[in-house]
Amino acid sequence: MESESAFAEEGRRRAMSAFAVASPRLLSEAWGRFGDDADVTPVRGPEIGLVMLRGRIGGGGGPFNLGEASVTRATVRLSSGEVGHALVLGRDPQKARLAAMFDAAWQRPDWRERVEVEVVAPSLAAQEEADRKLAEETEATRVDFFTMVRGED
Amino acid sequence: MTHSEAVATEGGFADPVFDSQAVFAAIMDAFARPGKIVDLGARATAPAPMPAAAAAFIATLADFDTPIWLDEGLGQVPGLVPWISFHTGAPLAGKPDAARFAVLSDARELLDLGRFALGTPEYPDRSATIIAVLEGLDGGERLVLSGPGIEHEAFMEPRGLPSGFLAAVARNNALFPLGVDILLVAGAKALALARTTRIRSA
Amino acid sequence: MYIAVKGGEAAIRNAHRLLDDRRRSDRSVPALTLDQIVGQMALAVDRVMAEGSLYDQELAAMALRQARGDMIEAIFLLRAYRTTLPRFAAARPLDTFRMRIERRISAVYKDIPGGQLLGPTFDYTHRLIEPAMADDPPVDEPMRRLSEAENCPRVTDILGAEGLIEADGQAGSDGEPGDLTRDTLDFPISRDVRLQALARGDEGFLLALGYSTQRGYGRTHPFVGEIRIGLVDVEVELPEVGFPVGIGRIRVTECQMVNQFKGSAKEPPQFTRGYGLVFGQSERKAMAMSLVDRALRADEFDEERTAPAQDEEFVISHSDNVQATGFVEHLKLPHYVDFQAELDLVRRMRREQERPREETESVQEAAE
Repeated sequence: MESESAFAEEGRRRAMSAFAVASPRLLSEAWGRFGDDADVTPVRGPEIGLVMLRGRIGGGGGPFNLGEASVTRATVRLSSGEVGHALVLGRDPQKARLAAMFDAAWQRPDWRERVEVEVVAPSLAAQEEADRKLAEETEATRVDFFTMVRGED
Repeated sequence: MTHSEAVATEGGFADPVFDSQAVFAAIMDAFARPGKIVDLGARATAPAPMPAAAAAFIATLADFDTPIWLDEGLGQVPGLVPWISFHTGAPLAGKPDAARFAVLSDARELLDLGRFALGTPEYPDRSATIIAVLEGLDGGERLVLSGPGIEHEAFMEPRGLPSGFLAAVARNNALFPLGVDILLVAGAKALALARTTRIRSA
Repeated sequence: MYIAVKGGEAAIRNAHRLLDDRRRSDRSVPALTLDQIVGQMALAVDRVMAEGSLYDQELAAMALRQARGDMIEAIFLLRAYRTTLPRFAAARPLDTFRMRIERRISAVYKDIPGGQLLGPTFDYTHRLIEPAMADDPPVDEPMRRLSEAENCPRVTDILGAEGLIEADGQAGSDGEPGDLTRDTLDFPISRDVRLQALARGDEGFLLALGYSTQRGYGRTHPFVGEIRIGLVDVEVELPEVGFPVGIGRIRVTECQMVNQFKGSAKEPPQFTRGYGLVFGQSERKAMAMSLVDRALRADEFDEERTAPAQDEEFVISHSDNVQATGFVEHLKLPHYVDFQAELDLVRRMRREQERPREETESVQEAAE
């Protein structure tokens, strides 16, 4: 039971993180295939605020405050009762609202699989593609050292 | 979705901007005129038995930077901590002196005000504000108030103050400019006692 | 005496209108878009975010455009904006070990595991203005090379495995870092608060201080252990759900400076460290920050504090360019009354100085 809830928690965590990095367009187009805005009641926000970002002294030591980032958060409730939350970097109220709506939708057993396939998977795939592009462009700037052997033995 | 998650999201201000402004104005008025009973309205509803006035106060003034202390009775109320967390972002204080606000459901807790943050000589404002839940703000023993914000004398008749309260307030008065400020609440009503407000029996 | 003077409303109104005109300049030239600024003035945007202490590229671009490119004015605008927003939470500390790396170099090991990745650097350019770029010539797509997932261990961990370098630093006693935007600075301050101040400190000021340590004013024998630039995930613990969620990514620059240390009775000889972490791509700032961080740790190593860069109160009190510009620039505000008082004082002193001479002269005349 405990491992089952831990599994569900990990799934929701992964999904919420995917909504946060999804393009606003992916979210709004996907929502058009899911629900009706009339089924969504705002509970809080969307509202813009700050999150304090932290680093670690030396990279791995005690935490220190690095500076803030703008964020938008939202909480919504679906007419079926699920409450969805979102906190995303940047100032895009509509995106935060959509992310909260998908967090609520993900909690509906009859929608979860579809949310995974139509939103979570494409969002993570887009991020992976961006990561690969960055990694490959960076890789092309790797220094391959040549060692000159001088003299004899 | 857990049950407490559903409860936590309910009962916030319907209109966060105007509700919090109205409550803030009423709290300012209360502290400007110690002893005056103000109505904080039924704007915010926290899990019972947190009274409406305490819920409105917390929803207005608490935020991520203001740790809150709940006495034992309130700390055990199901859903109250998630409610505070969702609507204000305020963390729970690990110990009384780390709190900027303390909500006490047992008025006897008012007898030991010294365990809360009293401010420092450089920053007397870094002190706690204590919200104490009483049975009522009228019908009790008549007490006489004096001090800043009161031209000559004011009166209050709260019900449910513990014996020894006057001595506890006198000790708090003596700490000035340090000390805590107190808000007595019952239902949607509230009455403020600043650290400078002196109290005696009528 | 204080005399309030009114007037100048029309002048101010017209000055603002003139400012708007000058900012927009020639209307036949298209206005800069925010996307253009974010994309093509990216390092200026990064600097405004770092010193404005607010990560938001679009806002930083807006501030830069509104400030006509005046960096400190733009930083000021960003700082003012952040004060209008509530703080919802503190994120979990960024994990720079798991950074998606765009640049990573070490000056201490040639064959460092993970390799030397130059990334988009100005190093090795000829620093010659290219007249062809006056137009908008086509730009090649970057080269790509298949990348195998390879760990990039931190250089400090490599030295740490041999026990030749001090460990990562610890924060204050309760583990919760101090916050200079919430509590006033009370010197001496702990290293966590110092790093916060340096991260938002003026790049020019820190650069000059770092340079001064190299020239002998608080020498620390620095080597760049590692610089890495890239994207890191931001995770926030959401109380509503009870677990941390990713909320997006930001770009940061990290510098690990490796410095020499002789050792003491308690510690065997080992390398010491200075640390820099800055929003955006900002290698110079991260390096300067790590030099100054190390210099400010003089007391920890029983080093004599003799140089400006080692003086915590001096460095931290003057590193904030918004504070600095506020106090310097306030001098141009009307000081008519103050100055009148000084003027009167000088005149009176002058009279008093001249009077005895007159009196002496008249006494002499009488004696003759």
